[in-house]
Amino acid sequence: MVEKQYIDIFTQYRKLIDENSAEGLNIYRDEALREFSQTGFPSKKLEDYHHTNVAKFFEKDYGLNLSQLGKDFNPYASHICDVPDLSTFLFFLVNDLFYNENIPVSILPNGVYVGSIREFAKTHTDIFSKYYGKIADVKNNGVVAFNTMFVQDGFLVYVPKNVEIDKPLQLINLLQSSVDYLANRRILIIVEDGARLKLLACDHTVDSSNFLVTQVTEIFAGKNAKVDFYELEVNSEAVVRLTSTFVHQEASSNVMVNNVTLECGVTRNNYRVKLAGEHAEASVCGLVVAEKEQQVDNHAFLDHAVPNCTSTQLFKYILQDNAIGAFCGRILVEKDAQKTQAYQTNRNLCMSPQARMFSKPQLEIYADDVKCSHGLTTGQLDEDALFYLRSRGIGKQKAYDMLMQAFAAEVLQHIRVPSVRERLLELLEQRFKGEVSRCGNCLICK
Amino acid sequence: MANLLNIENLHANVEGNEILKGLSLKVNKGEVHAIMGPNGSGKSTLASVLVGNPNYEVTEGSVTYEGKDLLEMDPEERAGEGLFLSFQYPVEIPGVSMTNFIRLALNETRKYKGLEPISATDFLKLMKEKRELVELDKSLSNRSVNEGFSGGEKKRNEIFQMAMLNPTLSILDETDSGLDIDALRIVAAGVQKLRSKDNATIVITHYQRLLDHIKPDVVHVLYKGRIIKSAGPELALELEERGYDWLIKDFD
Repeated sequence: MVEKQYIDIFTQYRKLIDENSAEGLNIYRDEALREFSQTGFPSKKLEDYHHTNVAKFFEKDYGLNLSQLGKDFNPYASHICDVPDLSTFLFFLVNDLFYNENIPVSILPNGVYVGSIREFAKTHTDIFSKYYGKIADVKNNGVVAFNTMFVQDGFLVYVPKNVEIDKPLQLINLLQSSVDYLANRRILIIVEDGARLKLLACDHTVDSSNFLVTQVTEIFAGKNAKVDFYELEVNSEAVVRLTSTFVHQEASSNVMVNNVTLECGVTRNNYRVKLAGEHAEASVCGLVVAEKEQQVDNHAFLDHAVPNCTSTQLFKYILQDNAIGAFCGRILVEKDAQKTQAYQTNRNLCMSPQARMFSKPQLEIYADDVKCSHGLTTGQLDEDALFYLRSRGIGKQKAYDMLMQAFAAEVLQHIRVPSVRERLLELLEQRFKGEVSRCGNCLICK
Repeated sequence: MANLLNIENLHANVEGNEILKGLSLKVNKGEVHAIMGPNGSGKSTLASVLVGNPNYEVTEGSVTYEGKDLLEMDPEERAGEGLFLSFQYPVEIPGVSMTNFIRLALNETRKYKGLEPISATDFLKLMKEKRELVELDKSLSNRSVNEGFSGGEKKRNEIFQMAMLNPTLSILDETDSGLDIDALRIVAAGVQKLRSKDNATIVITHYQRLLDHIKPDVVHVLYKGRIIKSAGPELALELEERGYDWLIKDFD
């Protein structure tokens, strides 16, 4: 049993784990262990994991950094983000450790905290204990339980009531290790009533080692809060990325989650959004461009618990070579959630005969006055459009690229920060040209 | 006059059915040819075969264009050589902006001819000039190719692209269908302005009315995959009056 070795490590090194973390995180470990011992990692036997055998990935030996030793590496020195007009507050997580040095002095609004989750847990115990682990449920979720057992640090943003951070925050998750490495990171985003936050998180791999990443993200949006959470994955093929994002929305809040996978190994993203206050709006979008043997599996679960909320899901996949894509989108409209509007769209292109896509829309509606829809298509590029472009002198490959770009761009059009949108459109274009999607002059991705 | 296009004994299939059955046609530079004929006679098939639509299979015959074997070329090469089809049903391409599309098309055909890409200023100037030629609204160039365009806008957009690419041989496949009188006048005037002694046009149409504006040198009647009659512009008028029955009865 693959779980046993991790339970042993956990029990053996519990003291080390606790010492290098914070009390606020430590108190959740016992319950997580209990749940993990019972549930274990999800395997293909579970319907929701039919296309991603999580247990298998943990069989390999990975190193852990339980002493939380920092690296002799200054990401600020090599990171040159030359995106025009993209002025951000920039932060780094190196593997699963917040990089706490050399942070440029930035003037954040009063009361805002951006930084290490471990440090926040020590200094702001009240706020931390009010939110941490409250929606990332360790029950029946082996990966979240595992993350909660082992996690020692991560990233935290706290935006108090009615405060708006004008510039977007940018978090760069770097995977850097000369030996195979297992990273467990945690992200906690607290945006109180009337507050606003835009966060772009980019995943990059620096070394060629094998990496296994678990990432648990909790996002709390208070009344009238507005949160944009954009994720870009440009990882090496030796990375297995397992993320679980939980969103809790109060009345009239507005949350946009948009995940773009341009380069990866195996990726599984889970989203669970609870619309808990009336007139809340949620958008969950995803764009996947996968080639070779890459695999991407996105699961979205939108829970309409109260009336008058709106949710939109838009997921698009372009699969080349032997790539495998999976999508499961579930909409739950609870009994009293009248006047719900919930829309789901999943469109996929299989660019080669070997590429495969598995898609499963699930609507579970217990209210009787709702507007819900789902649309799903999987196919090839439009031959008529291709011929039209070629008949105007555009060569076959360029015409393909143009049509794929157009197909994919729809997801990026939902991004509400223009500079981020433009940058991602540009990276997408590079990706289709076969160039490595790297950001201009930045030295981080070799 | 210099020969531009020479079609000899062309046979072509679509989905296994033979549509063109030994069609021959010569077009010289400076000429306008009209091709008329009843539905299903093979007019659109001819247009599709000439621009290299992969759904059509040529089984026999030859097509020489400026001395080169046209049938050996990919569609994009034919465009580079100066061939242009105004589609009967222009395709909507969501997400591809008109400006990006026409800029790439222009630069790719220029590249084919060994020319440098057009400068941004010249491109914008050319766009403006050609847009005005077909009275195409400026806002359409910011939209996706043909997406949400009205029938008339789509056809004017075809002629706009033709004007931008400045082809040597243009084929207008029922460009007049679905056009009201005003749109027809605009489209025809646009085509008329693009005529020169160095290019040629093949106009495929059902109706005389387009030919009132674009005066053809030769009118052909296509029936059952072959040209059964060729004559001067007066033939179009006669067809308008008498229909096709008197012509085709000998070929049934």
